[in-house]
Amino acid sequence: MAYNILTPKACEILSIDKESIHEWTFRVATDVHPKHGQFMQLSIPKVGEAPISVSAQGDGYLEFTIRSVGKLTDEFFNMRPGDTIFMRGPYGKGWPIERFTGKHLVIITGGTGLAPVRSMLNILDSDMSKVESLHLISGFKNEECIVFRKELDMWKNRFNTTYTLDNEEIEGFKSGLVTKFISEIPWKDFNDNFEVVVVGPPMMMKFTGLELLASGVPEEKIWMSFERKMSCAIGKCGHCRIDETYVCQDGPVFNYTVAKDLVD
Amino acid sequence: MSYILNQEASEAFFNELKKTYTIYAPKRIEKAGRYSDTDLIQYGEVQSFAEIVFDKKSTFPMKEVINPIQQTLFYYTEEEFRESSGPKKKILCFGRPCDINAQKIQARIYDGKGGFVDPYYKRLEDVISYVLMECPQDSDSCFCVSMNTNKTDNYVFAIKQTHDGLKIAVKDDHFEPYLQGAPITDYTASFPESNDLSLVVPEIPSKEIQNELKKHDVWKQFNSRCISCGACTIGCSTCTCFTTRDIVYSENSKAGERRRVSASCQVPGFDQMAMQKEFRSTAGDRIRYRVMHKFHDYDARFHEGHMCVGCGRCSDRCPAFIEITSTVSKMAAAIEDIKAKGE
Repeated sequence: MAYNILTPKACEILSIDKESIHEWTFRVATDVHPKHGQFMQLSIPKVGEAPISVSAQGDGYLEFTIRSVGKLTDEFFNMRPGDTIFMRGPYGKGWPIERFTGKHLVIITGGTGLAPVRSMLNILDSDMSKVESLHLISGFKNEECIVFRKELDMWKNRFNTTYTLDNEEIEGFKSGLVTKFISEIPWKDFNDNFEVVVVGPPMMMKFTGLELLASGVPEEKIWMSFERKMSCAIGKCGHCRIDETYVCQDGPVFNYTVAKDLVD
Repeated sequence: MSYILNQEASEAFFNELKKTYTIYAPKRIEKAGRYSDTDLIQYGEVQSFAEIVFDKKSTFPMKEVINPIQQTLFYYTEEEFRESSGPKKKILCFGRPCDINAQKIQARIYDGKGGFVDPYYKRLEDVISYVLMECPQDSDSCFCVSMNTNKTDNYVFAIKQTHDGLKIAVKDDHFEPYLQGAPITDYTASFPESNDLSLVVPEIPSKEIQNELKKHDVWKQFNSRCISCGACTIGCSTCTCFTTRDIVYSENSKAGERRRVSASCQVPGFDQMAMQKEFRSTAGDRIRYRVMHKFHDYDARFHEGHMCVGCGRCSDRCPAFIEITSTVSKMAAAIEDIKAKGE
């Protein structure tokens, strides 16, 4: 039988790391090497299939940081290392890494929006020569919702970081939405040689985009990753379509010049 | 060459075709219609010419043959997913010009133009040929001439029902041997040249007007009319959306099927992710999404015309009597309104 792009392959769960009560990171054995920002279709027979961002990768494994919010993701939380899940992909267009090379990079994330940029941050953590500088603003709703604590600590020593909680202040985390801290980025020092990455919930991305424009950031320097309902991930099922754009194929990463017009 | 066949010769021809082909056509399912004592005309496998309904537009579209309401993609166990098997024989599918033209639109989505080829569509497309049924223009909800889908040359032979048999015009020589010895006639297929209904699809001249149109009040009138049942999309010749669903054979079973099930953008939840708000939460938002896809977005992506063949089934099926050409006309007026305000 000819190759079927929709066939999920069985993969073993190697380990499970609890990031928070609702977010666990699953390390899954596979030889697939997605580009940073691409996603995979994960499934459990009997339960269903959903698109999940790759939150880290290494030799022989991928990591997915999953929040228990629905039928499928809840089922993941009943699984143990050694269990089998099914996977197909990778799909979509990832971050334009070549555009970021040699530039000052600003990454702004909201909540688990940190997951789709985590693998890129880890690469830069081990080799900062790829960019001039890295500014990271990561916001979380509250202390319970903080993910990737180990990495946040590690990145603090390596990048220019601002970590925030929406309404509370604790050690290492300021209080306020991420938009509040955009004006603190030394835009003028970048000599126009920079790119900005924004990932998070739709409202966070909308207002972060507007705040960036207000700070004088040109539209074409802003990149966003979208999350939409998907069934097939190959441009057929229609769930992720916005106008003439299919998020699964044309995205999930979009330049702001396109993203600003994507009104569902 | 064209031939004339009486009923007996027609059935003999059909029986010969059946040896090589599985034959799908619209057929009558008695007393299964929407209202009491009405029939349903639906696509299905037919065993004789007598079964085929020529004189009435099918209630549901031809897409059900290639893109069924539900189909098994995989059989799964805990350990593996095994692809379901495809058609065993070649397929002949009978349809009117609009039905056949609708398959071009199905193909653009499924054949992976600029992307992936859908293996389930492909395995059917590879073995299917179309038979043109001359359209008797029995429906007052059609507007195929406006959509430029009233003619087609994508068929192997054309067929017209007569009072005691059939007239057949063979286009693909491969079918000539089946008809050797039959009386020859000068029949050629004719196509609809006009409809009672017509539609001029408006241009949306810019992205700004496109996004303004989404916010326009024109869509709000549907909040109280449309019941979001999705009958229009199931009746649509060109709608392709689906959802993936796993089923199990029994409650404790670990084996089952992963199926593709038709989905409708008109039904709440189509765009909803787990624990998140819907992007389009009103009936008006959802009608706007469908109508703009059919008459703008699809063409903006593929640049090969609109995603509508003017079959009128969405209007026929709507329990709230929302008629598609008048809905598009309302959209046209809204575009003019936006332009006027911008001047």
